[in-house]
This record gives sequence, structure tokens and C-alpha cells, in this order.
Amino acid sequence: MKLPRLALLATATVMMTTAPACQHETHDVRPSAEVSQAGPGVVLSTLFAGGVPSAIAGTLQANQENAFAMNEGKRLFDAYNCSGCHAHGGGAIGPALMDAKWIYGSAPQNVYDTIVEGRPNGMPSFRGKIPDFQVAQLVAYVRSMSGLAGGFWAPGRNDSMQVKPGENTVSTEAPVRAPGAPPP
Amino acid sequence: MRSPLQPPSCKLATLVGAAVALLLAMSAATTMSGCRERTATAARADDAAAQWPMVGKDYQNRRFSELDQIATANVARLKVAWTFSTGIPKGHEGAPLIVGDTLYLVTPFPNRAYAFDLHNPGGPPKWIYDPQPSAAAQGVACCDVVNRGPAFWQGKLFFNLLDAQTVAVDAATGKEVWRTRLGDINHGESMTMAPLVVKGKVLVGNSGGEFGVRGWLAALDAASGKLLWRAYSTGPDGDCLIGPDFHPFYQQDRGKDLGVHTWPPEHWRQGGGTVWGFLSYDPTLDLIYYGTANPGVWNPDMRPGDNKWSAGIFARRPDDGRAIWFYQWSAHDLYDHDGINENVLVDLPLGGRTRSVLGHADRNGYLYLLDRATGEVLSATPFATVNSSHGVDLKTGRLIPADEKKPRQGRVVRDVCPSAPGAKDWQPMAFSPQTGWFYIPHNNLCEDIETTDASYIAGTPYVGASVRYHAGPGGHRGSFTAWDPVAGKAVWTLSETFPAWSGALATAGGLVFYGDMEGWFKAVDARTGVLLWKFQTGSGVIGQPVSYRGPDGKQYVAVFSGVGGWAGAVVSGDLDPRDATAGNGWGAAMKDLPGRTSKGGTLYVFALP
Repeated sequence: MKLPRLALLATATVMMTTAPACQHETHDVRPSAEVSQAGPGVVLSTLFAGGVPSAIAGTLQANQENAFAMNEGKRLFDAYNCSGCHAHGGGAIGPALMDAKWIYGSAPQNVYDTIVEGRPNGMPSFRGKIPDFQVAQLVAYVRSMSGLAGGFWAPGRNDSMQVKPGENTVSTEAPVRAPGAPPP
Repeated sequence: MRSPLQPPSCKLATLVGAAVALLLAMSAATTMSGCRERTATAARADDAAAQWPMVGKDYQNRRFSELDQIATANVARLKVAWTFSTGIPKGHEGAPLIVGDTLYLVTPFPNRAYAFDLHNPGGPPKWIYDPQPSAAAQGVACCDVVNRGPAFWQGKLFFNLLDAQTVAVDAATGKEVWRTRLGDINHGESMTMAPLVVKGKVLVGNSGGEFGVRGWLAALDAASGKLLWRAYSTGPDGDCLIGPDFHPFYQQDRGKDLGVHTWPPEHWRQGGGTVWGFLSYDPTLDLIYYGTANPGVWNPDMRPGDNKWSAGIFARRPDDGRAIWFYQWSAHDLYDHDGINENVLVDLPLGGRTRSVLGHADRNGYLYLLDRATGEVLSATPFATVNSSHGVDLKTGRLIPADEKKPRQGRVVRDVCPSAPGAKDWQPMAFSPQTGWFYIPHNNLCEDIETTDASYIAGTPYVGASVRYHAGPGGHRGSFTAWDPVAGKAVWTLSETFPAWSGALATAGGLVFYGDMEGWFKAVDARTGVLLWKFQTGSGVIGQPVSYRGPDGKQYVAVFSGVGGWAGAVVSGDLDPRDATAGNGWGAAMKDLPGRTSKGGTLYVFALP
């Protein structure tokens, strides 16, 4: 009885330290500081064959399963004054981000667009102010605030005063459209 | 019926000049507005007691109505006379104005103005004016999208738009007369305060102390909207309109360009000192008084120095704005203790003679009496729980901070009283010449604070502090206090579950009115504090109550209901109270408010049946 349990535990430990954990904090040590957010310019057509290509899509997706990106996002959330308007997720001048309500969409690309383009009721456009890779880290962190990243990847504690439960303990609720949100 | 009761401890404020000016303004208003004249209206317009022509009622900012029809003996029978829904689910901190036979109101963003004919209570508006401010301005309004009311002068209504414009509207027709842009939301500037009109000049100031803006007070020509002068709260003396006539009482405020030298290099450009509170005017001394808000970036370690001219009070000449004196309530403010709270001008028997003073209940927890000619501090007495300082040194004028409660970067300092919203925030107090007491709606909140490095990005918040508030001693979060300024002590205090975030109104009927954040509007006995009447308005009351006499000869009391503001943003902004810092510190402190009240703005008008 004793041996199999030990063996099971050992196997589990080996699996945990090898399989997902080796990507747990993968990070690009030399990210491009590129700001690919071209000015809005004049949109001549809304027809894009095969949809709009997004240079950032791959990074946004990869960051959804990357603890390092989320932790960096958490640091940047203060550094770029996001917390001045959204507090630590509870909201203040801007809406709460730790609840399940989304006004402008919860998909990584939606959140990216919200940060870069701004939104009409007070969200400023950060176009040209934040490098792409950092916006992508912010996107990953913002989604983790309401549990969309899953507890495995999300930050577990604050480096500062504990003002809310850790992001990794937030139960994942299905995103809902906030009252008054524009149609998808 | 009238009870000209005057205890020896109190003299009716002697500002005869103000009363005369007011009457002149009134009669001018009715003749120049060009609308149909009625004999009754003219008679009423000459009766200053019937009117409420500016948010503070008079230049002294006393919020005292001389009407006594509604009194301690009959207030229990007070009933709703009429209501008006603004349809806006945001904080309603404004005051309606009553001039002639018209009631005017301005809503929170989008700052619509309405006029109501008092001959037809409950009837539709006479006119509606929709100024359409920029929706993006909502993103730089620190503490809900409030507006604290309009001003009236010679047939025009003046008020500020959230996106930093001032407008003038023809009071008879609701047509825009002029519009002047004074600030830029892309640099974090907004406007929320109620203007004051003095000698044909519309005095307005900016908001944005949490965005590292540079504060100012501006004077606009009431006729044209042209900018006549602008006095900054930081920077070189020239910008602050400080010159040879500037004679501050204390040594600490004397010297050249202190608005530059009391800051780290160039920091004054983001130095705050915004002007979003109420102004007062003494026509005898010809001085306007107003407070300046917190210095830019809350984190005090980032701005060593006294940070002039933030968190203090200026006395200026209305004609050209030149500074006469200044006093700093909180030199090198540590806690976001804006100095903008209203200054109430009263004459009091102090030390055996009558002194012309101003009373000011500051965020830092002290009730100050200042000589309003010189800026000398006559007394500074705590009116709430204070552990962040050990008093005010009356020789130097300096607040004495408590070392153990000083924020230090990277450290959590716990149980600091009062908290950032202070012992009292914007909510204006009243003064009754009948009792000689101030009636102070205020907070009972302490906080934990951790200061952090902050980056200045124009148009985004510049705070550098995490705060969470909690109830002070006693466990209640608000209080309503009757304060005897001559004795320097509270006469009575009522505990409130939530911060008392509405204004106060005192009346000659021996009553004091105020509202609570759960929606109750209350009348208490001015002498005893005994609750005589209350009415549930449906949404938290954070507005400024006023009183007037209608064309029917009846006394009315009017107030906005509509929860919000900094303290009520948990409800009006749908914040998530699991984050203790939600709303910049209110999450944990107000987590039970959403279960006790809901959103929605309504003007309530009450009268005896």
C-alpha cells in the first residue's frame, strides 16, 4: 500500500516539474521594443480579404499560458498608471476588471485594442506609448484578474499591501456583456 | 413667527454689503432677463430671503435660510411637493438655484441645465440646455462625474462642464450666450466646481489633482466669457499673481518664487493645487477666499519640500486676482488632504472682541478660525479623530505631523486617521446665526497606506499610493456635528453608518437638514440634534439642500438625491468591493452600500401640506 502511493507521488512530481512547468515562465529575454501600432490613418475600406491580420495575435495567444508575462503585466499595470483608474481590479474612474462584465470584449485581441485604441467613455488611447510586447503582457494580466487565465498561470500574491485575493484564486466566470456594451 | 433669537455668544454676520450686493443682483436679474414681469415677482425678487441665488446661499457661504415657516414644531408634517428625475445614474452633488420665480439645476455629466417655473410646481421644464461635453472627459474625472452647481448673475446662468469649459446661458430662454474652454482633458484637467460671480467676474477653477495637473483659479467676464486673469497654484510668482501686495501672516509663506523652490526641479508643473471647492467673498475687505487642493502625486517622498501653494488658502482681489495672503493648512501634504473645503465668513466674539473670521473644517481634521483680513490662525481644534498630527503650532502656523504615521515608500503604514478623504471632504457645512454654530457633515474614516513610485504620463492618474479605508473609532463611517466655534468644541454629534457626504442647510425655523448615503433626507433640531423628520428618497443623498419661498408664499426645501461621488462610486460606478482599493480606497469601506441603495438622480422638493 505504501510503495504504490509513493511511486504515484514521485511520478506526479516528475510530471509536474517537466511537462507544463518548463513553459511556465518562458520569456523572451530580448523582446523587440517595437511599437507596431500604426496611426489610425484613413480607413479606405472595411473589406479585408481573409480578415484583418494581427501582428500581435501570436504573442497574445502565447501569453495566455505564461506566468512570466502575467507577472510582468501586473507590474506594468501599476507602472503605466492603469491602477490609477481601475484600482487593483475593483475599478475606480474606469470599470472593474476583476468581475465577469466586459464592455468591449474579453478576447485577448479585444483587450489589446481597448488599450491601444482607447474607448469613447474615458479609456485613453495608449497608442505609441507602450511597446507591443508590454501591451501583450498587460493583456494577459488583465484577463487573469477575472480568472480567465486559469489559476496555474495567474499571479498568486502581491509584492505590496494585500488588498484583494490573489489572481490565481479568482474563480473563472463566463464573461458577460456589461449593460450598455455595444453589440459584438 | 420669526425668531430673531441671538444668543450673546453670536453676532449676526455683519456683511451688510453682501446683502446689498445680493439685492442689487436680484433686482438686476429680473429687469435684465427680459421675461414677462409680474409685480409679485418683482416684490419677491427684492426679498433675498425667498431666494437661493448661489450654491452657498450668500457670499459668506453660510447656507442659512431666513425662512421659518417650516420649523421644529411642524417639520414632522413635511411632504413631497414635486420631484424631477434627471435620468442620470451618477453622483448628484449639486445645488439647485432659485432666482425670481424660477428654479435652475445642472446635472452631473453630461451637464444638462433645466429651468422650472415655480408657478407650476411639477410642470415640465421651461427650457433644457444640453451642452454636450466630450464623453472622453469621464476618463479624467477622479471621483465620479459630479457637478457642484451653477451660479446666477444678471440674467445669466453660469456653470462648468466636465471637459473643462465654462458656459453662460440666458436664464430666460436657455440659449447659450458664450462658452470658454479653459483646460485640456488630454492633460487630465476637468471642471466640477460651482462658479462664484463677484463684481461681474465669473470665478472658476479646475479639477484633476489625481492627474498631476497644475491648479488655477480663473476670472471670466460675465458678459463675454473672455478670460480676464488666471492665478496658478504652483510655479513662479508671476503665474501665481503674487506681487508687492502679498503679505502672508507666517514666515514660512514669505519669499520669492516659493511655488518653484518648494518643489524638486520642475515638479511644480505637475504640482496640483487644483481649485475645485467653494469660494467666498467679503465685500468689505474686497477679498475672495478659496482653498487649493492636494499637491501632485500623493506619494510625498517624490516631492520633498513644502509644495507651495498646494493644500492652503488664498485671499485675492477679485478685480485682478492679485494675492493678498496665503496660509498652508498642510505644508508638504502627506495624505491627499486637499485644502479646498469651504470657508464660511462669520463674525465671532473671540478674546473679548468681535473678530471677522473665516471658519474652515479641513480634511486634516482641524477646524480653523482665521482672521480673514490677515490670514492669522486664531485657533485650530480637532473636530474628528486625528492621529496623523499633533496639532497646529500657532507661532509658525505649521501642522505638526506624527512621525509614526508618515507614509514611507515601500512600507505599509496602518490606521492613519483621518484617511485620504479626510475628516471632512467637499461636503459643505452650514452656519446658523441663531445658534452661532457650524453644522458639519463629515467622515469617520482611517486608512492603511502604502506609497509607491509613480510615473507621470500626461492625462493618466499620478498617484503613487495604495490606500484602503476603514471606519474610525466607534465603527461608524460618518458623523454630523454641531460645532460651537467660540467654545471650540462639539455641542452634539450624530453617528452615521456611512460618511455624511451631503451638504448641510440651516434654517431660521431652528432646523438643520442633511442627507445620508442610504437615501434618507433628514431634519434635526438645530439646538439638540434630535431627529424630527426623515424621508427615504430612493438613492443616497450627496447633494446640497437649499430652501426658498415659492410664488405661493410657501417655504420649500429642495435637494438632489442620487448616490455617487468619491464615496458612492462603489454604487454609481459598479465597482467590485473585493478589491479594498476600489474607487481609490473605498472598496472595503463601502462594500455594504450596494445592498443599501441604488443609482438614480432626482430633485426632491418638500413643503408643508
